[in-house]
Amino acid sequence: MARIIVVTSGKGGVGKTTTSASISTGIAKRGHKTVVIDFDVGLRNLDLIMNCERRVVYDFVNVIQGEASLNQALIRDKRVNTLFILPASQTREKEALTKEGVERVINELAQTFDYIICDSPAGIEHGAQMALYFADEAIVVTNPEVSSVRDSDRILGILQSKSRRAEKGQDPVKEHLLVTRYNPVRVERGEMLSVADIEEILAIPLMGVIPESQIVLNSSNQGLPVILETESDAGQAYDDAVARLLGEEREHRFMTAQKKGFFSRMFKGG
Amino acid sequence: MSFLDYFRSKKTNTANVAKERLQIIVAHERGHRKQPDYLPALQQELLAVIRKYVDISDDMVQVEIDRTDTCSVLELNVTLPEK
Ligand SMILES: Nc1ncnc2c1ncn2[C@@H]1O[C@H](COP(=O)(O)OP(=O)(O)O)[C@@H](O)[C@H]1O
Ligand SMILES: [Mg+2]
Repeated sequence: MARIIVVTSGKGGVGKTTTSASISTGIAKRGHKTVVIDFDVGLRNLDLIMNCERRVVYDFVNVIQGEASLNQALIRDKRVNTLFILPASQTREKEALTKEGVERVINELAQTFDYIICDSPAGIEHGAQMALYFADEAIVVTNPEVSSVRDSDRILGILQSKSRRAEKGQDPVKEHLLVTRYNPVRVERGEMLSVADIEEILAIPLMGVIPESQIVLNSSNQGLPVILETESDAGQAYDDAVARLLGEEREHRFMTAQKKGFFSRMFKGG
Repeated sequence: MSFLDYFRSKKTNTANVAKERLQIIVAHERGHRKQPDYLPALQQELLAVIRKYVDISDDMVQVEIDRTDTCSVLELNVTLPEK
Protein backbone atom coordinates (compact mmCIF):
# COMPACT_ATOMS: atom_id res chain seq x y z
CA MET A 1 0.00 0.00 0.00
CA ALA A 2 1.39 3.37 -1.03
CA ARG A 3 1.42 6.12 1.60
CA ILE A 4 -0.05 9.28 0.10
CA ILE A 5 1.24 12.38 1.89
CA VAL A 6 0.27 15.99 1.13
CA VAL A 7 2.53 18.91 2.03
CA THR A 8 0.15 21.78 2.69
CA SER A 9 -0.21 25.08 4.57
CA GLY A 10 -2.88 27.44 3.28
CA LYS A 11 -0.44 30.34 3.22
CA GLY A 12 2.09 30.75 0.41
CA GLY A 13 5.83 31.11 0.75
CA VAL A 14 6.11 29.18 4.01
CA GLY A 15 8.31 26.35 2.66
CA LYS A 16 6.01 23.70 1.14
CA THR A 17 8.07 23.17 -2.00
CA THR A 18 11.34 23.25 -0.07
CA THR A 19 9.84 20.65 2.26
CA SER A 20 8.40 18.46 -0.52
CA ALA A 21 11.80 18.32 -2.24
CA SER A 22 13.69 17.43 0.93
CA ILE A 23 11.17 15.00 2.41
CA SER A 24 10.78 13.06 -0.85
CA THR A 25 14.56 12.96 -1.35
CA GLY A 26 15.06 11.79 2.25
CA ILE A 27 12.48 9.00 1.96
CA ALA A 28 13.86 7.84 -1.41
CA LYS A 29 17.44 7.89 -0.07
CA ARG A 30 16.35 5.28 2.45
CA GLY A 31 15.47 2.99 -0.45
CA HIS A 32 11.71 3.54 -0.75
CA LYS A 33 10.34 4.06 -4.22
CA THR A 34 9.03 7.63 -4.07
CA VAL A 35 7.28 10.04 -6.41
CA VAL A 36 6.74 13.74 -5.73
CA ILE A 37 3.91 15.48 -7.61
CA ASP A 38 3.84 19.24 -8.20
CA PHE A 39 0.18 20.31 -7.84
CA ASP A 40 0.99 24.00 -8.35
CA VAL A 41 -0.44 24.17 -11.88
CA GLY A 42 0.56 27.41 -13.57
CA LEU A 43 3.39 28.08 -11.13
CA ARG A 44 5.71 25.13 -11.58
CA ASN A 45 8.70 25.36 -9.22
CA LEU A 46 9.47 21.96 -7.78
CA ASP A 47 11.45 21.12 -10.96
CA LEU A 48 13.79 24.05 -10.28
CA ILE A 49 14.32 23.12 -6.64
CA MET A 50 15.10 19.55 -7.74
CA ASN A 51 17.28 20.57 -10.67
CA CYS A 52 15.29 18.88 -13.42
CA GLU A 53 13.71 21.92 -15.09
CA ARG A 54 15.42 21.27 -18.42
CA ARG A 55 14.25 17.66 -18.51
CA VAL A 56 10.51 18.41 -18.38
CA VAL A 57 8.76 17.21 -21.53
CA TYR A 58 5.27 16.22 -20.41
CA ASP A 59 3.49 17.19 -17.20
CA PHE A 60 0.75 16.17 -14.75
CA VAL A 61 -2.03 17.78 -16.80
CA ASN A 62 -0.84 16.06 -20.00
CA VAL A 63 -1.20 12.74 -18.19
CA ILE A 64 -4.64 13.61 -16.81
CA GLN A 65 -5.86 14.61 -20.26
CA GLY A 66 -4.43 11.50 -21.90
CA GLU A 67 -1.85 13.39 -24.00
CA ALA A 68 1.05 11.47 -22.45
CA SER A 69 1.56 8.32 -20.41
CA LEU A 70 2.84 8.40 -16.86
CA ASN A 71 6.12 6.85 -17.96
CA GLN A 72 6.61 9.64 -20.48
CA ALA A 73 5.97 12.34 -17.89
CA LEU A 74 7.85 10.99 -14.85
CA ILE A 75 11.40 12.30 -14.44
CA ARG A 76 13.92 10.12 -12.65
CA ASP A 77 16.09 12.04 -10.18
CA LYS A 78 19.78 12.09 -11.12
CA ARG A 79 21.01 11.82 -7.51
CA VAL A 80 18.65 9.31 -5.92
CA ASN A 81 17.51 6.59 -8.31
CA THR A 82 14.41 5.59 -6.33
CA LEU A 83 13.01 9.12 -6.69
CA PHE A 84 10.72 10.39 -9.47
CA ILE A 85 9.20 13.82 -10.13
CA LEU A 86 5.87 14.51 -11.82
CA PRO A 87 6.06 18.18 -12.82
CA ALA A 88 3.14 20.62 -12.90
CA SER A 89 1.93 22.20 -16.07
CA GLN A 90 3.14 25.75 -16.64
CA THR A 91 0.39 26.85 -19.00
CA ARG A 92 -2.94 25.41 -17.86
CA GLU A 93 -5.47 26.52 -15.28
CA LYS A 94 -5.81 24.83 -11.90
CA GLU A 95 -9.25 23.59 -13.01
CA ALA A 96 -7.48 21.18 -15.40
CA LEU A 97 -6.98 19.01 -12.31
CA THR A 98 -10.25 17.12 -12.15
CA LYS A 99 -10.96 14.85 -9.22
CA GLU A 100 -11.42 11.85 -11.52
CA GLY A 101 -8.21 12.63 -13.41
CA VAL A 102 -6.13 13.07 -10.27
CA GLU A 103 -7.59 9.86 -8.85
CA ARG A 104 -6.68 7.89 -11.96
CA VAL A 105 -3.07 9.11 -11.87
CA ILE A 106 -2.69 8.51 -8.13
CA ASN A 107 -4.14 5.01 -8.41
CA GLU A 108 -1.72 4.17 -11.19
CA LEU A 109 1.23 5.54 -9.20
CA ALA A 110 0.10 3.64 -6.10
CA GLN A 111 0.63 0.35 -7.95
CA THR A 112 4.38 0.87 -8.22
CA PHE A 113 5.40 3.48 -5.63
CA ASP A 114 5.73 3.19 -1.84
CA TYR A 115 5.37 6.92 -1.18
CA ILE A 116 3.45 9.58 -3.09
CA ILE A 117 4.26 13.14 -1.94
CA CYS A 118 1.89 15.89 -3.09
CA ASP A 119 3.30 19.45 -3.12
CA SER A 120 0.23 21.66 -2.65
CA PRO A 121 -0.24 25.14 -4.10
CA ALA A 122 -1.06 27.96 -1.68
CA GLY A 123 -4.64 28.87 -0.80
CA ILE A 124 -7.65 26.81 0.16
CA GLU A 125 -9.30 26.68 -3.26
CA HIS A 126 -9.52 23.98 -5.93
CA GLY A 127 -5.79 23.32 -6.46
CA ALA A 128 -5.06 22.95 -2.76
CA GLN A 129 -8.17 20.79 -2.29
CA MET A 130 -7.12 18.46 -5.12
CA ALA A 131 -3.65 18.10 -3.61
CA LEU A 132 -5.04 17.01 -0.23
CA TYR A 133 -8.16 15.12 -1.32
CA PHE A 134 -6.58 11.66 -1.67
CA ALA A 135 -4.06 12.01 1.17
CA ASP A 136 -3.61 9.50 3.99
CA GLU A 137 -1.35 11.90 5.86
CA ALA A 138 -0.67 15.63 5.83
CA ILE A 139 2.46 17.57 6.64
CA VAL A 140 1.21 20.98 7.72
CA VAL A 141 4.02 23.47 7.10
CA THR A 142 3.77 26.43 9.47
CA ASN A 143 5.93 29.50 10.08
CA PRO A 144 6.05 31.06 13.57
CA GLU A 145 3.87 33.95 12.53
CA VAL A 146 0.19 34.80 13.11
CA SER A 147 -1.18 34.54 9.57
CA SER A 148 0.60 31.26 8.87
CA VAL A 149 -0.72 29.64 12.07
CA ARG A 150 -4.26 30.79 11.36
CA ASP A 151 -4.10 29.50 7.76
CA SER A 152 -2.73 26.16 8.98
CA ASP A 153 -5.74 25.83 11.25
CA ARG A 154 -8.04 26.48 8.29
CA ILE A 155 -6.29 23.81 6.24
CA LEU A 156 -6.72 21.39 9.17
CA GLY A 157 -10.46 22.16 9.03
CA ILE A 158 -10.49 21.28 5.31
CA LEU A 159 -8.52 18.06 5.88
CA GLN A 160 -11.10 17.10 8.49
CA SER A 161 -14.14 17.85 6.35
CA LYS A 162 -13.27 17.79 2.63
CA SER A 163 -10.67 15.06 2.17
CA ARG A 164 -11.65 11.70 0.71
CA ARG A 165 -11.14 10.10 4.12
CA ALA A 166 -13.52 12.62 5.71
CA GLU A 167 -16.15 12.30 2.99
CA LYS A 168 -16.09 8.51 3.15
CA GLY A 169 -16.17 8.41 6.93
CA GLN A 170 -12.83 6.56 7.11
CA ASP A 171 -10.07 7.09 9.67
CA PRO A 172 -9.09 10.76 9.53
CA VAL A 173 -6.03 12.04 7.65
CA LYS A 174 -3.02 11.71 9.94
CA GLU A 175 -1.68 15.20 10.66
CA HIS A 176 1.95 16.21 11.23
CA LEU A 177 3.11 19.69 12.24
CA LEU A 178 6.32 20.93 10.62
CA VAL A 179 7.46 24.34 11.87
CA THR A 180 9.84 25.97 9.39
CA ARG A 181 11.90 29.18 9.23
CA TYR A 182 12.27 29.03 13.00
CA ASN A 183 14.55 31.54 14.68
CA PRO A 184 15.28 30.52 18.30
CA VAL A 185 17.07 33.81 19.06
CA ARG A 186 13.98 35.83 18.25
CA VAL A 187 11.81 33.36 20.16
CA GLU A 188 13.95 33.85 23.26
CA ARG A 189 13.62 37.61 22.89
CA GLY A 190 9.84 37.25 22.90
CA GLU A 191 9.56 38.44 19.30
CA MET A 192 8.45 35.19 17.71
CA LEU A 193 5.92 32.47 18.57
CA SER A 194 7.61 29.43 20.07
CA VAL A 195 7.13 25.84 18.90
CA ALA A 196 5.25 25.19 22.15
CA ASP A 197 2.86 28.09 21.40
CA ILE A 198 2.14 26.75 17.90
CA GLU A 199 1.65 23.19 19.16
CA GLU A 200 -0.76 24.46 21.80
CA ILE A 201 -2.84 26.39 19.28
CA LEU A 202 -2.94 23.83 16.46
CA ALA A 203 -2.99 20.77 18.76
CA ILE A 204 -1.42 18.29 16.31
CA PRO A 205 1.74 16.19 16.81
CA LEU A 206 5.07 17.84 16.03
CA MET A 207 7.08 16.19 13.26
CA GLY A 208 9.99 18.61 13.18
CA VAL A 209 11.37 22.11 13.44
CA ILE A 210 13.43 23.51 10.54
CA PRO A 211 15.52 26.54 11.49
CA GLU A 212 15.61 29.69 9.38
CA SER A 213 18.84 29.17 7.49
CA GLN A 214 20.94 30.81 4.77
CA ILE A 215 21.73 27.40 3.39
CA VAL A 216 18.15 26.95 2.11
CA LEU A 217 18.54 29.79 -0.38
CA ASN A 218 22.02 28.64 -1.35
CA SER A 219 20.89 25.11 -2.06
CA SER A 220 17.76 26.17 -3.97
CA ASN A 221 19.99 28.40 -6.13
CA GLN A 222 21.76 25.22 -7.21
CA GLY A 223 18.73 22.94 -7.44
CA LEU A 224 19.87 20.85 -4.50
CA PRO A 225 17.25 19.72 -1.96
CA VAL A 226 18.63 21.06 1.34
CA ILE A 227 18.42 17.62 3.00
CA LEU A 228 21.44 16.66 0.86
CA GLU A 229 23.48 19.37 2.62
CA THR A 230 24.15 16.89 5.37
CA GLU A 231 26.43 19.17 7.38
CA SER A 232 23.88 21.98 7.62
CA ASP A 233 21.37 22.60 10.43
CA ALA A 234 18.38 22.76 8.05
CA GLY A 235 19.54 19.60 6.23
CA GLN A 236 19.88 17.69 9.48
CA ALA A 237 16.53 18.98 10.73
CA TYR A 238 14.87 17.65 7.56
CA ASP A 239 16.65 14.34 7.98
CA ASP A 240 15.29 14.08 11.53
CA ALA A 241 11.79 14.87 10.24
CA VAL A 242 12.02 12.10 7.62
CA ALA A 243 13.23 9.63 10.24
CA ARG A 244 10.24 10.47 12.47
CA LEU A 245 7.84 10.17 9.53
CA LEU A 246 9.21 6.66 8.98
CA GLY A 247 8.65 5.75 12.60
CA GLU A 248 12.01 6.43 14.21
CA GLU A 249 12.23 8.26 17.54
CA ARG A 250 14.54 11.27 17.37
CA GLU A 251 14.98 14.04 19.87
CA HIS A 252 14.12 17.54 18.60
CA ARG A 253 17.08 19.80 17.81
CA PHE A 254 17.69 23.37 16.65
CA MET A 255 14.99 24.71 18.95
CA THR A 256 17.17 26.72 21.31
CA ALA A 257 19.57 29.55 20.59
CA GLN A 258 23.28 28.81 20.64
CA LYS A 259 24.53 30.17 23.93
CA LYS A 260 26.88 33.05 23.38
CA GLY A 261 30.11 33.11 25.31
CA PHE A 262 30.47 35.49 28.26
CA PHE A 263 32.72 37.87 26.35
CA SER A 264 30.66 38.19 23.20
CA ARG A 265 27.67 38.90 25.43
CA MET A 266 29.64 41.59 27.27
CA PHE A 267 30.71 43.32 24.07
CA LYS A 268 27.61 42.94 21.94
CA GLY A 269 25.25 43.78 24.75
CA GLY A 270 23.50 40.46 24.80
CA MET B 1 16.30 54.33 20.43
CA SER B 2 16.16 56.25 23.72
CA PHE B 3 17.04 54.80 27.09
CA LEU B 4 13.38 54.61 28.04
CA ASP B 5 12.32 52.94 24.78
CA TYR B 6 14.84 50.24 25.43
CA PHE B 7 13.12 49.24 28.66
CA ARG B 8 9.66 49.58 27.16
CA SER B 9 10.45 47.27 24.28
CA LYS B 10 11.77 44.72 26.73
CA LYS B 11 8.40 44.72 28.45
CA THR B 12 6.14 44.16 25.47
CA ASN B 13 6.51 40.54 24.56
CA THR B 14 4.88 40.57 21.14
CA ALA B 15 4.98 36.78 20.88
CA ASN B 16 2.59 36.59 23.83
CA VAL B 17 0.27 39.09 22.18
CA ALA B 18 0.36 37.00 19.00
CA LYS B 19 -0.46 33.83 20.91
CA GLU B 20 -3.42 35.35 22.73
CA ARG B 21 -4.87 36.83 19.54
CA LEU B 22 -4.46 33.52 17.73
CA GLN B 23 -6.13 31.53 20.49
CA ILE B 24 -9.19 33.76 20.31
CA ILE B 25 -9.55 33.87 16.52
CA VAL B 26 -8.84 30.18 16.02
CA ALA B 27 -11.42 29.17 18.64
CA HIS B 28 -13.96 31.47 16.98
CA GLU B 29 -13.29 30.09 13.50
CA ARG B 30 -13.43 26.49 14.69
CA GLY B 31 -16.86 27.19 16.16
CA HIS B 32 -18.08 28.45 12.81
CA ARG B 33 -16.66 25.46 10.95
CA LYS B 34 -19.06 23.13 12.73
CA GLN B 35 -22.10 25.14 11.65
CA PRO B 36 -24.28 23.60 8.92
CA ASP B 37 -24.04 25.02 5.37
CA TYR B 38 -27.62 26.27 5.37
CA LEU B 39 -27.06 28.67 8.28
CA PRO B 40 -26.19 31.82 6.29
CA ALA B 41 -29.27 31.32 4.05
CA LEU B 42 -31.46 30.70 7.09
CA GLN B 43 -30.15 33.88 8.67
CA GLN B 44 -30.93 35.90 5.51
CA GLU B 45 -34.49 34.57 5.30
CA LEU B 46 -35.17 35.20 8.98
CA LEU B 47 -33.86 38.69 8.53
CA ALA B 48 -36.24 39.27 5.60
CA VAL B 49 -39.25 38.06 7.62
CA ILE B 50 -38.44 40.22 10.64
CA ARG B 51 -37.88 43.23 8.37
CA LYS B 52 -41.50 43.04 7.24
CA TYR B 53 -42.41 44.23 10.73
CA VAL B 54 -39.37 45.95 12.25
CA ASP B 55 -36.54 47.88 10.68
CA ILE B 56 -33.35 46.10 11.71
CA SER B 57 -29.84 45.90 10.30
CA ASP B 58 -27.96 42.73 9.22
CA ASP B 59 -25.94 42.35 12.40
CA MET B 60 -29.03 42.41 14.64
CA VAL B 61 -29.94 38.80 13.93
CA GLN B 62 -27.56 36.14 15.23
CA VAL B 63 -28.21 32.51 14.38
CA GLU B 64 -26.19 29.70 15.90
CA ILE B 65 -26.52 25.98 16.39
CA ASP B 66 -25.37 24.36 19.60
CA ARG B 67 -24.90 20.64 19.45
CA THR B 68 -24.64 18.22 22.32
CA ASP B 69 -24.60 14.43 22.15
CA THR B 70 -28.35 14.08 22.41
CA CYS B 71 -29.80 17.16 20.73
CA SER B 72 -29.18 20.33 18.74
CA VAL B 73 -30.48 23.74 19.71
CA LEU B 74 -31.09 26.49 17.19
CA GLU B 75 -30.28 29.71 18.98
CA LEU B 76 -31.83 32.85 17.52
CA ASN B 77 -30.94 36.26 18.91
CA VAL B 78 -32.77 39.28 17.57
CA THR B 79 -31.86 42.71 18.83
CA LEU B 80 -34.67 45.25 18.29
CA PRO B 81 -33.92 48.92 17.84
CA GLU B 82 -34.64 51.23 20.78
CA LYS B 83 -38.14 52.82 21.15
N1 LIG C 1 14.11 27.04 6.62
C1 LIG C 1 14.24 28.08 5.76
N2 LIG C 1 15.16 29.05 5.98
C2 LIG C 1 15.27 30.08 5.11
N3 LIG C 1 14.54 30.23 4.01
C3 LIG C 1 13.59 29.31 3.74
C4 LIG C 1 13.38 28.19 4.60
N4 LIG C 1 12.37 27.44 4.06
C5 LIG C 1 11.98 28.06 2.93
N5 LIG C 1 12.71 29.19 2.73
C6 LIG C 1 12.58 30.15 1.60
O1 LIG C 1 11.24 30.63 1.58
C7 LIG C 1 10.82 30.86 0.24
C8 LIG C 1 9.51 30.11 -0.01
O2 LIG C 1 9.74 28.71 0.05
P1 LIG C 1 8.88 27.66 -0.79
O3 LIG C 1 9.34 26.31 -0.40
O4 LIG C 1 8.89 28.00 -2.23
O5 LIG C 1 7.44 27.95 -0.17
P2 LIG C 1 5.97 27.53 -0.69
O6 LIG C 1 6.12 26.33 -1.57
O7 LIG C 1 5.21 27.24 0.58
O8 LIG C 1 5.40 28.71 -1.41
C9 LIG C 1 11.96 30.40 -0.65
O9 LIG C 1 12.69 31.53 -1.05
C10 LIG C 1 12.78 29.51 0.24
O10 LIG C 1 14.13 29.51 -0.13
MG1 LIG D 1 5.42 25.93 -3.57
